[in-house]
Amino acid sequence: MTETQNETIQNMDFETAFTALQDNVSMLEGEDLPLEKSLALYELGQALANRCSFLLEQAEMKVRQLSLESPQISDNEA
Amino acid sequence: MEQYSFFEPQNIITVSQLTGYLRQVLESDEILQDIWVEGEISNFSRPSSGHLYFTLKDSEAAVRCVMWRNAAARMSFVPREGLLVQAHGGMSVYEVSGQVQLYVDTMKPAGEGALYQEFIRLRNKLEAEGLFDPEIKKPIPELPKCIGIVTSPTGAALQDMLNTLRRRYPIAEVIVAPSSVQGIDAPAEITRALHRLQQEVRPDVILLGRGGGSIEDLWAFNDEDLVRAVAASTIPIISGVGHETDFTLTDFAADLRAPTPTAAAEVATPDKSELLGMIAELANRLTSLLQSRLADLRWEHGQLQHALERLSPAHDIDTYRQRLDEVISRLERAALTKLDRKMLQLQNMIQSLKSLNPQAVLNRGYAIVTRKLDGRVVRRVEQIQPQEDIHIRVSQGNMEARVLKTNSGE
Repeated sequence: MTETQNETIQNMDFETAFTALQDNVSMLEGEDLPLEKSLALYELGQALANRCSFLLEQAEMKVRQLSLESPQISDNEA
Repeated sequence: MEQYSFFEPQNIITVSQLTGYLRQVLESDEILQDIWVEGEISNFSRPSSGHLYFTLKDSEAAVRCVMWRNAAARMSFVPREGLLVQAHGGMSVYEVSGQVQLYVDTMKPAGEGALYQEFIRLRNKLEAEGLFDPEIKKPIPELPKCIGIVTSPTGAALQDMLNTLRRRYPIAEVIVAPSSVQGIDAPAEITRALHRLQQEVRPDVILLGRGGGSIEDLWAFNDEDLVRAVAASTIPIISGVGHETDFTLTDFAADLRAPTPTAAAEVATPDKSELLGMIAELANRLTSLLQSRLADLRWEHGQLQHALERLSPAHDIDTYRQRLDEVISRLERAALTKLDRKMLQLQNMIQSLKSLNPQAVLNRGYAIVTRKLDGRVVRRVEQIQPQEDIHIRVSQGNMEARVLKTNSGE
């Protein structure tokens, strides 16, 4: 896996990483990939899985409330 | 002037005094201050002040009614034109216009199952318009990034939903659009909250929730305008209103109906621990896929190697080597045979030679006589003179001798 790939994964949000992981598995399930490609997909997939687990484990829900009067969004951690 | 004195009123009062007196009379009457009136609503209006103005009528008469904003807000059901209601309140006079009217403090639909009748009527109407069609339902996203919630900011439903979301899918961002969820203002407030979420926030999904209550308490969710707003939403809406057994028209119009607010939060989100399981499973799947890929390659490699071995000239070389060995040994055998024969011949010859060896003759008792003088072999007696020295060679040695006498012939 290249440095750029690694950086891209580290910046992915959960949904993107999870979808990418699913796609990755589907691709690896596809027939007749060259070994080098398979290995690259495997490595990428493991990194995506780690990213997903990490994000999910350390996530803390952000809650905001729209103000009743003005249409501005006010920050309100609940 | 005198003649007119007869007509002069004894007591002249002002209009204000009259209406004030009328008001006093009405308001001091116990019956008039605590009455239930049944009638059909007409001329219904609700200006921005929030007060309700309408007329209650039956086939023969009508009475003006006012319901102040505070009282209207406490009311759980939403009145509309033509609805038969029972209104409670007290009679008084609106002195500005001299209008005698009923000041309504509470109101409910009249008749057995009146609300239910209203519910059925509206449901049939909206259903006929296609607002509840399954085809117009929007799919609920599997992994919502942002979740909008429309509910009362102070209700238990909000806490239930937040707790559920936090437990199941804390990765999502939650935006609460507060609204009252009960009373005459609720439908408009909920509709506005939905619009604000759609326009200002654009979450992936909206939860519309309210805790349990009576059919009157939930009535806001049967409001026609609200139901239309829910059906028209560009963002999928999950409704979770009341309890499992409660159905509102909002539920029918929503893209997904959940039985409770908590259930709405559940169907809106994947479960964290399930997701972690799925991720681990996907990672394992990757590993096993790669392993089976490697195993396949190894097998293919083995097959190829096997094929290569079968096609390899090494086998031929071995064959030739074997044949060569055979030839060589045949050659050796042939050579040896030939050699043996030669050896035999040689031995024969040696044997012959041996028999020709003068030594052998000597061994048989013969002797070789040579002349001392010149060493020549004496073959005939004439070659030697008496008194001549000779050399006699016998089997194991030789001797010097002198001839005594010679005799010719045998």
